[in-house]
Amino acid sequence: MPMPGRTRWTRRETLAASAAGAVGLLLVRPSWGTPDALAAAIREFTGGATLQRGRVKLDLPPLVENGNSVSVTVRMDSPMTAEDHVRALALFTEQNPQPNVAIFHLSPRSGRAIVTTRMRLATSQKVIALAQHSDGSFWSDQVDVIVTLAACVEG
Amino acid sequence: MNLARLSFPKTAKKGEIIEIRTLISHVMETGYRPDATGKVVPRDIIRRFTCHYDGEEVFRADLWQAIAANPYLSFTTVATKSGELTFTWEGDNGFRHVESGTITVT
Repeated sequence: MPMPGRTRWTRRETLAASAAGAVGLLLVRPSWGTPDALAAAIREFTGGATLQRGRVKLDLPPLVENGNSVSVTVRMDSPMTAEDHVRALALFTEQNPQPNVAIFHLSPRSGRAIVTTRMRLATSQKVIALAQHSDGSFWSDQVDVIVTLAACVEG
Repeated sequence: MNLARLSFPKTAKKGEIIEIRTLISHVMETGYRPDATGKVVPRDIIRRFTCHYDGEEVFRADLWQAIAANPYLSFTTVATKSGELTFTWEGDNGFRHVESGTITVT
């Protein structure tokens, strides 16, 4: 389980978290996200590789009035050459019912590593952006968002 | 009424990085929301978006329930040559929609 202000995940932690998740999912209400489900989703993206903080940048308003549609941009500075490019950008949430938001697959033909979309936020929570670099490294950024009107996941 | 809207420059210089913006009309039903009778409405989302440039895939997005209704995406690509840009949205219940447009590269 990640500690506040800390995004470095070791292989041991993610493995432990996913093992705990298998048990945890049986105990919690299925309609809300858990740290274990988030860890499992991140592990699926990274393949268990170590996450480093930085380089990737997540732009999201810190205070959101309407969680049904929140503009979000994820970017990473890169020359986007064959040797040095961003392979993928991904978005995750801590407490939406499903931790995955989107995975964007890029290539040198992208020219720049920047994607904007609009997302739902079920409650005030942490949004996490990850980037996979062509050298195999993984980078992370995160933003704490306060949501006044949540996306209606419970009707 | 068009189901999808596209926005990208019609002409570009070779090697120029262009921004592409797309919007499609879709409910993106999460599968977590009960209807008036209390029954959960089944999931109905777009799960994948792809952009092909002259037949080659230049951008792909895997999407989940947390993407807002009427999915909007903005991304970039390098203008390599004149040709066709094809956009495909695919999702639950056999949803599939294709739009295309041409770009002239000088």
